Amino acid sequence: MTEDQNELLESEAHPLDGFLREGRIPHIFCPGCSLGSITNVLIEAINESGIDPKKVAVVSGIGCTGRIAGYLNYDSFHTTHGRPIPFAIGLSVTDPERKVIVISGDGDLFAIGGNHFIQAARRNADITVVCVNNFNYGMTGGQAGPTTYVGQFQTTSPYGSLEEPFNLPNLAATCGAVYVARYTALDVRRVKEAFSEAIAKSGFSFVEVLGSCPTTYGRRNQLAEGKKILEFFAEKTVLNHDADTRDIRIDKDSPIIVGKFVDIEDKPTLTDNLLALQRVSQAKKGR
Amino acid sequence: MSKQKQKFLEVSTGEHFTTGNHAAAEGALAVGCKFFGGYPITPSSEIAEHMALRLPQLGGNFVQFEDEIASIIGILGASWGGVKSMTATSGPGYSLMVENIGFGMMTETPCIIINVQRGGPSTGLPTLVGQQDIMQTKWGSHGDFEPIVLCPSSVQECFELAIEAFNYAEKYRLPVTLLMDETLGHMSERLIIPDASKIGKVERKKPKDSPEEHLPYKADDDLIPPMAVAGEGYRVMVTGLTHDERGYPNLNVETQDKLVRRINDKIRLNKKDIIRVEEYLLDDAEIAIIAFGSVARAAKGSVNRAREKGIKVGLLRLITIWPFPDERIEALAEKVKKIYVPEINYGQITREVERCVHGKTEVKGIFKLGGSIHNPQEILKEIEGDA
Repeated sequence: MTEDQNELLESEAHPLDGFLREGRIPHIFCPGCSLGSITNVLIEAINESGIDPKKVAVVSGIGCTGRIAGYLNYDSFHTTHGRPIPFAIGLSVTDPERKVIVISGDGDLFAIGGNHFIQAARRNADITVVCVNNFNYGMTGGQAGPTTYVGQFQTTSPYGSLEEPFNLPNLAATCGAVYVARYTALDVRRVKEAFSEAIAKSGFSFVEVLGSCPTTYGRRNQLAEGKKILEFFAEKTVLNHDADTRDIRIDKDSPIIVGKFVDIEDKPTLTDNLLALQRVSQAKKGR
Repeated sequence: MSKQKQKFLEVSTGEHFTTGNHAAAEGALAVGCKFFGGYPITPSSEIAEHMALRLPQLGGNFVQFEDEIASIIGILGASWGGVKSMTATSGPGYSLMVENIGFGMMTETPCIIINVQRGGPSTGLPTLVGQQDIMQTKWGSHGDFEPIVLCPSSVQECFELAIEAFNYAEKYRLPVTLLMDETLGHMSERLIIPDASKIGKVERKKPKDSPEEHLPYKADDDLIPPMAVAGEGYRVMVTGLTHDERGYPNLNVETQDKLVRRINDKIRLNKKDIIRVEEYLLDDAEIAIIAFGSVARAAKGSVNRAREKGIKVGLLRLITIWPFPDERIEALAEKVKKIYVPEINYGQITREVERCVHGKTEVKGIFKLGGSIHNPQEILKEIEGDA
């Protein structure tokens, strides 16, 4: 351990002081939950983007991941269940300079809020959407959700889940997202890279982070510690940027394919189109 | 409104012959609305169409969302983005919006919702009139809050009350509903839009302290907190959870009590500023009609015909539906021997009137269940039949 690192350990200050809201810590996350490290790299990515912090807004829905916005010391919005994306669109189009980041869970973004996700991707809304996928509804006690894989045990799938889960990167890519990546919470370096790239992108960028939820997912599926879930990821993850998103569904036994699957340049965003419309309509005198 | 007349001005000053829907849209533009998020629904769609045409000309944005839920939360986002924002819908769409109207109440977010009522329940009568969302606008969302709901009776008033709805929203920091109906939305009559200088505009109160000192939910003596929005450096924290003055979730009895009491009291203590009624020939009236919206037009006709026959009838027209004019109706109950309440529903305002009169006079509802407004003769016949 170097002297610098020693100093850091003894210091009462945290390197991210100032980026977390004073008085909001301790957070509500369970031991072994990956949301802490995801929050950490999200802040680093925002920081390193060079965007004026005044121009950053973070929006969440409801759930464990939904709490992240409220810990961050940017303009932060903890909205209703499933609705962070349209709220973010309202924030985004009212200031083309504003960088709006949505961070929320799989249930929030893809069950109750699923329609908003696909429509925002179709519109190419100028927002970054991060989904922390923990394969279940954590905050409400571990119910099955739209990303629960077949055979997974949850409180509402006591005999094992029957339904095909969403393949989130494929959904995002199909609906028109300009940037799509998936990594696991084990690989925070790549998660951070993906956050940085997504934030730098104009248009609808999407990052799926496979998270660890030992409390309500893990203990019903022989992965009762955060570490075990991360080891499970280490064992199963295969990096393949060139994968066809149609082939990267998650199931119980197959490898988990991670990577950057989509990165499209220069597609006009919703905001670009609205601004162009203003110019055109002002040049005409009605129809 | 002829398209040739539409210049790129917020205020379309002049004399127009137009519909209630277009008039309400013009009112919103005149007071500075810069964002419309909506979803098509009869009989309100002309508002969205008009905003789609006009907003880009004025440097504003129109987004047609995927549903009414996205529309309402989208306009709340736009309001926190710093612009005046609105949506328009009808009963079924309003039903979808109510959860997030509650979010707007809890987070004290200014915006307006125009509800052009049709007959319900459910899909009901999409193209025909109703007045059936009275209680939905009051009690639709869960929890305690005091909504402001305004109810125009003419095309002119659709314009004027759209302005007032925005002004109340900005002044008191809440979503305000402009409760129109299909008849008003689709009927055409004269609209006079005054000079831009005559449009009274209220803007949300801004913080005077620095971002370091600022507490986003610390109210002034008037119970209304100044509003810093996104991008101003105040790093606002907004949540629908029970929150303290910092805006931080604080889930305890004291914080809940203080917050919920305040967001109700900021309206309750200002009823005088908010409640508006029109009184017509009430001074010597022995019988009163209480009506609102398009039905009030018919009711005025009934009063005139009754007077011709020597029956002393007067009209109390409700312009503000919520908060309800309890005191005014209680006072009226002391004076008249009977109150008639014609409305296009099965007794929503009638029951409120019964509550206010405390048994001091007789109250009789004249109900139509949706699809048409009352004929003046019909109301008169009811009065004569009882005489």
